[in-house]
Amino acid sequence: MSERLFNFVLKRPLIALLIGIALIVTAAAGAQKLVFKSDYRVFFGPENPQLQAFEAMQKVYTKSDNVAFVIAPDNKTIFSQEHLEAIQKITEASWQVPYSTRVDSITNYQYSHAEEDDLIVEDLVYEPRSLDQNQLDEAKAIAIGDPLIEKRLISSKGHVAVVNVTLQLPGINPVEEIPAVANKVREIRAQVEQEYPGLDIMLSGVAMMNTSFAEATLEDNATLVPAMFLVVVVTIGLMLRTITGTFATVVVVISSIVATMGLAGWMGFYLTGPSASAPTIILTLAVADCIHILTTMFYEMRHGVKKKQAMLDSLRINLKPIFLTSATTAIGFLAMNFSDSPPFRDLGNMVAMGVMLAFAFSVTIFPALLMLLPLRVKQKEEGDKDMMLGLSAFVIKNRRVLLPAMTVVLIAISIFVPKNELNDDFVKYFDESVEFRQATDFMQDNLSGLTTIELSIDSGVTSGINNPAFLQVVEDFSNWMREQPETDHVNTITDIIKRLNKNMHGDDPSWYKLPDNQELAAQYLLLYEMSLPYGLDLNNQLNVDKSSTRVVVTLKNQTTNEQLAIEQRIIEWFSQNAPQYTATLASPTLMFAHIGQRNIISMISGTVIALLLISLVLGFALRSVRFGLLSLLPNILPATVAFGIWGLSVGQIGLGLSIVASMTLGIVVDDTVHFLSKYLHARRNKGADSHGAVQYAFGSVGRALWVTTFVLVCGFMILAQSTFKVNAEMGLMTAITILIALIVDFLFLPPLLMKLDTNNSVQDSKISQQDSDNDKGVAHGSEQPAA
Amino acid sequence: MALNNLPHKLALTGLSLCVTLSPLALAQSVEDKGRSIMEEYERRDTGWQDMQAEMQMILRNAQGQESIREIRMKSLEQENDGDKSLTIFDEPRDVKGTAFLSFSHINKPDDQWLYLPALGRVKRISSRNKSGPFMGSEFSYEDMGSFEIDKYTYKYLTEEACGKLTCYVVESYPVEKTSGYTRRISWVDTTEYRMQKLDFYDRKNERLKTLNFTGYQQYVGQYWRADKMEMQNHQNGKSTVLAWKDYRFKQGLDERDFNKNALKRAR
Repeated sequence: MSERLFNFVLKRPLIALLIGIALIVTAAAGAQKLVFKSDYRVFFGPENPQLQAFEAMQKVYTKSDNVAFVIAPDNKTIFSQEHLEAIQKITEASWQVPYSTRVDSITNYQYSHAEEDDLIVEDLVYEPRSLDQNQLDEAKAIAIGDPLIEKRLISSKGHVAVVNVTLQLPGINPVEEIPAVANKVREIRAQVEQEYPGLDIMLSGVAMMNTSFAEATLEDNATLVPAMFLVVVVTIGLMLRTITGTFATVVVVISSIVATMGLAGWMGFYLTGPSASAPTIILTLAVADCIHILTTMFYEMRHGVKKKQAMLDSLRINLKPIFLTSATTAIGFLAMNFSDSPPFRDLGNMVAMGVMLAFAFSVTIFPALLMLLPLRVKQKEEGDKDMMLGLSAFVIKNRRVLLPAMTVVLIAISIFVPKNELNDDFVKYFDESVEFRQATDFMQDNLSGLTTIELSIDSGVTSGINNPAFLQVVEDFSNWMREQPETDHVNTITDIIKRLNKNMHGDDPSWYKLPDNQELAAQYLLLYEMSLPYGLDLNNQLNVDKSSTRVVVTLKNQTTNEQLAIEQRIIEWFSQNAPQYTATLASPTLMFAHIGQRNIISMISGTVIALLLISLVLGFALRSVRFGLLSLLPNILPATVAFGIWGLSVGQIGLGLSIVASMTLGIVVDDTVHFLSKYLHARRNKGADSHGAVQYAFGSVGRALWVTTFVLVCGFMILAQSTFKVNAEMGLMTAITILIALIVDFLFLPPLLMKLDTNNSVQDSKISQQDSDNDKGVAHGSEQPAA
Repeated sequence: MALNNLPHKLALTGLSLCVTLSPLALAQSVEDKGRSIMEEYERRDTGWQDMQAEMQMILRNAQGQESIREIRMKSLEQENDGDKSLTIFDEPRDVKGTAFLSFSHINKPDDQWLYLPALGRVKRISSRNKSGPFMGSEFSYEDMGSFEIDKYTYKYLTEEACGKLTCYVVESYPVEKTSGYTRRISWVDTTEYRMQKLDFYDRKNERLKTLNFTGYQQYVGQYWRADKMEMQNHQNGKSTVLAWKDYRFKQGLDERDFNKNALKRAR
């Protein structure tokens, strides 16, 4: 079957190429269906319990998707005619933002106060240009002294203000909804900044975060993919010194990416931050197949074989090993289907598809292209072989030192794996170069950030929130929460009720307390509700039958573990102080706080299954249970050690890193396959002892291994430059893991083999007997002449 | 407040006007035609003097959870100004006896007072709240307020089937800047000039709500009132149903039933 295919490809390269191009173009057409979903909720599967809790809460109260204009005047004074006017303009204009349902700012803040016997509820700032200095100072004192808006809409020093726009996104077409919001708020910002040059206006909020997911990824793909292509071209050009080969490789790589993305489009995939890194990863992985085919072919040609025959030989020799390594790589990526987070499942499936397509193209359109293009081989002595032989001599000579030394080092580093602490801060998913990150950090430093916990406290009875006992619990909780060192702001209905009570008693401060009967509380709230203007109702704090209320706690910057600890403390507070009421906790912060852990747990089973599958494949490929088991060590060690290094240096792992173990497994296994198969080939067929076999393995695949490792490390290091941290950390960690894999294969595996495999005769001699009869066997097939 | 006025009004000489309207329409601009339809709508609901009714307000959130409020209300027709209305709350129990008095005006903010029995005092309510929600429902004050022709400018859109009837479709644009809407679209049936449906467009000109009227009945041989009005908010998925009963007209109410003292006695 494969013979006939190769013969066809080599005899009719043009036809093969045209068929290939037709298929690729058909597949690629699907790419136009591929859209980017910029919504942080894509990180959560529909069955995610934290997402469900949050969505349930959003249906009861107002949604909490928002845009925040962060307004920082150069002269650090918000309370001036000019700047208040600017804030009022932003507030007014924000009603025009698509899907906006509510706009909160210090100007439209519904300030209630007593005037003779009447309750006045009105905008805190109505006509900014008419205010004199006294009135400005008064407004400032009111705003900064009000627990409802201090640190939410105005900084404690009165130098930074926020206009918060609440959005009710229909979620029908997230591809258009979020950009429409982003465009409008940017337009408003540009207008106001032009009119008021002394103002610096930044944009934060959930909608801006969602926008950044798409924009950061787009920017990434515009810089990272070309950079990676450059690395591929330079590497292959330098290593193999062939323009035609480099060109053909680039064609295969582009075809793999284009076909994969197109097929993904046809299959109804959508793009997200993580899955949009698929092109970079496919690009990195697809190169290896071509390198292997080229090296063998050049080796043959240098030994006087004609071009066509050299290619046929190369295809015969390489078909099985590159299929095997592609398959194990695909298995590693397919294991990402165990992830709790859909974007990573998509990434896994897309890369697996890309890797298999790259394999298919490498044995079809790649040879076809090389047949059609001129190809010459320079006669040149290889210096690397000596280098590799030197390395093998060093390893053999120092094996008694290397084995214990490497063992100690590897274990010592692995000890630090538990030092890794879970941390998924969605703000930090973007590095400091991203505008959203800058705006959010600034907002967090001066007011309060996006780290929130929302609580719905349920009294269990209609109108129960007016009950003095219930209000007291909400008040006690809010006070307790405000005392916690992690708290920046608490938004609670009790502040409004206390203020109304004071207003109803001629603004006497001694009445700033909860009313002592239900009727009073209910009637105050009714009065207040009936005084509120468009869009500023209490639906964001009270449910429809007033049986429950929402309290929003904004926290200082916290790690995930700290957030989970606070969540636990809140739950405990309620079980100790108010067991009669139900408190439900939910928020995007909590969703992200739990996703890392959930994902790691689900990925552990995925990784174990991938490991079993890959070991099984290896056992068959090497035709030895013993070496199949032995291969586990070089396969598991790299990720373990890499996480140890991470624990030592960074110490914080999130969503992106939780998938690295399974993802790298399929890649690092390739090195092991190549090394062990050469080793066994020498042992079984050439009668070499373990020393000789190690030397043979180094000599035949050493160069190919370090070249492919170099390309892989470069590729993932380029991904590590992503502004989207989930991808950047994933890339960096994968690069580290692959590098360690090479070190393990060169410095640890050979001494280990020489230690364990001491018999002069090969133990499984029966198998080796068959092996020698079957020269085109899998193990032998993976032979890579050292270029 | 005059919730009752929303359904619509009856003309004194309905038939003759109907006949004269149609030929006129050919020469009219769409603005004039829209206004004349709404004038007719208002004319037909004029002269009822006073009105009382009971109402159940059913609030539903996006998850279908319900909350029920019970309200009694009285209205007094005013010539050349918005109507006066008094609303008394019976349910929820903790606001029982709370009463709301409103003098609706055409070209200036309404006057509004609330009596709080728990406090034993009448409080004036600030009046920039026309666009705000009424009792936490999907109805705003301006939806509940009496219809006055000069509160809007108009544009006739088309004539189309609405259920078994045919309706004039008229767009209206609020004159007041404090309105929460850029425009409303009304469906008024061509036979009796009853409001069948209203679409509300928010400040960014997106459809916000739809109000449907069902179960029209005629009272004192003249005035049509809907038994049920259902407001659906398209943006947040919430809805509010007003279920009316016990309409009474011309019971001899006068100004003394609609002042601050009346508020306290209202229960």
